[in-house]
Amino acid sequence: MKMLQNLIRALGLMLCLALLASPMSQALAQSPAVAAKAESSADAKADAKADAKAEEKADAKAEDKAQASDPKAEAAPTPPPPNKGDTAWMLVATLLVVMMSVPGLALFYGGLVRAKNVLSVLMQVSTVFSLIVVLWVIYGYSLAFTGGSPFIGGLDKLFLAGVTADSAGATFSKGVYIPEIVFVAFQATFAAITCALIVGGFAERVKFAAVLLFSAIWFTFGYIPIAHMVWFWDGPDAISDPKTLESVTAAAGWLWQKGALDFAGGTVVHINAGVAGLVGAYLIGKRIGFGKEAMAPHSLPLTLVGACLLWVGWFGFNAGSNLEANGVTGIAFINTLVAAACGLLAWSFGEWMSKGEPSMLGAASGAIAGLVGITPACGFVGPMGAIVIGLVSGLAALWGVGGLKRLLGADDSLDVFGVHGVAGIVGALLTAVFAAPSLGGAGIFDYVANTASADYSIGTQLWIQTQAVLVTVVWSALVSLIAYKLVDLVIGLRVSDEQEREGLDVASHGESAYRL
Amino acid sequence: MKLITAVIKPFKLDEVREALSEIGVQGITVTEVKGFGRQKGHTELYRGAEYVVDFLPKVKLEVATPDALVERALEAIEKAARTGKIGDGKIFVYSLDEVIRIRTGETGESAI
Repeated sequence: MKMLQNLIRALGLMLCLALLASPMSQALAQSPAVAAKAESSADAKADAKADAKAEEKADAKAEDKAQASDPKAEAAPTPPPPNKGDTAWMLVATLLVVMMSVPGLALFYGGLVRAKNVLSVLMQVSTVFSLIVVLWVIYGYSLAFTGGSPFIGGLDKLFLAGVTADSAGATFSKGVYIPEIVFVAFQATFAAITCALIVGGFAERVKFAAVLLFSAIWFTFGYIPIAHMVWFWDGPDAISDPKTLESVTAAAGWLWQKGALDFAGGTVVHINAGVAGLVGAYLIGKRIGFGKEAMAPHSLPLTLVGACLLWVGWFGFNAGSNLEANGVTGIAFINTLVAAACGLLAWSFGEWMSKGEPSMLGAASGAIAGLVGITPACGFVGPMGAIVIGLVSGLAALWGVGGLKRLLGADDSLDVFGVHGVAGIVGALLTAVFAAPSLGGAGIFDYVANTASADYSIGTQLWIQTQAVLVTVVWSALVSLIAYKLVDLVIGLRVSDEQEREGLDVASHGESAYRL
Repeated sequence: MKLITAVIKPFKLDEVREALSEIGVQGITVTEVKGFGRQKGHTELYRGAEYVVDFLPKVKLEVATPDALVERALEAIEKAARTGKIGDGKIFVYSLDEVIRIRTGETGESAI
């Protein structure tokens, strides 16, 4: 056992070394270019300005000719510099999503566990967040957001090779770019919060080393492929006619090709994490005394603080997913606002009617359920659609943590599946309904005609959404199953009974939260 | 001398303290405790999980009194702590062998 723990520590050390090596390798890779730049600037500074304009004109003409003679050879025009407003908004949005995890999710979860385990949950969320951010910049971004196969990207941008301050990242509007490096950071926070969410499924009984190893494996084989399948495409700029649309679509992720709509991560983030948490709850087993001893949350005020940080951060998550600051961002923003409110109201009134009292924990959970539900839909539906999605998500999650939980029979300690999984599925399916222009939605944007497509079939889209949900559920469950089994073999998933009774704060981290 | 121990509802503490002061009791010791009796516990619901809370919070107070004051002290506590509903608590009376005031070394009733 000691040896295996040492192994994990050694792996961590290797990771740090790899990190140290990465800037060096990048420096090596870039050095010729840097040298060339330096030379040219030294030699040709004087006549550079005069020449540049003439050259640009000549180049442009040459490009035009090339395009006219051979439509296949797409001369990539240099993208316009990113708009400062868009860039600033995306940086703020990224920061908001960071806040969702640390401290939002950490506190939300921390308040829900017993006092002897609060630090372990805070630690797990913070450490998983940190680990995934690092893995993201090393290989995650490249595998998720470069072309390759429809199922996973390539290694072209390993160690963020070639992503500089000048790299342009496409948005959903033609001719609008943000710095690619900002997109890398924005997406890093998504990957990190998704992996951190899973912690709720097996809280209060899992080994710390097991959490880290599982997170690394699941991130690599669970998160990255789904993110690539749902979100990867080259951007709209090359699309001008049905033929170019086809070629751009063919190079995109598998579920994107199918036309799955997931604006901010209903499948990629919430269903994905919910299923992984549920599988973990099954495999790791119930907490000692589950169903017999009281396992009431130790601090609901802490949970509300965390829920509210998640709530506010979610505007960065959803509205930020539009990748620029425009009217659609505003739509995503108000939908997020409305759906959270409806989720809270639905859960509270539902609980009031069925259980006799509306609880604060219910209100906080309802708001989160509404936010989860609107996540895949936020840029596609109208505010009235958001009302329905919020209400249905709130009620569905109320059932998810009650009736469904008893049906499933797993000790999903903090209801990752009950709230995120269930509301995620509801949201992903309802997106198909309320994205319909006849129901106030935006429909599907036609990049050839540069307007919303006239024909929208709810039935067809619902089937596409169902497929996306099923693929995510099956893939996440499969990867989780293998990952948990592997971790169990290597280091073991669960702490000893004695340690579990003592509490993970003291047993795994050598400290306790409260002194009485 | 008697030692009176009473377990009462927490929100009745101030009324009991005032009633005891009025009859000339000089000091009491108070502890926050938990327990159950005929009142039993209640259930709490957290998301889907229902927990029975067996032990309810109560306040335990201890008063040492000279024999002459015992009856009036008991009456004061009983009157002030009563709501008439289940869970008002109990009073226990013990005989007290000795009292010593640490500062002066006085003993017996003069030390109370």
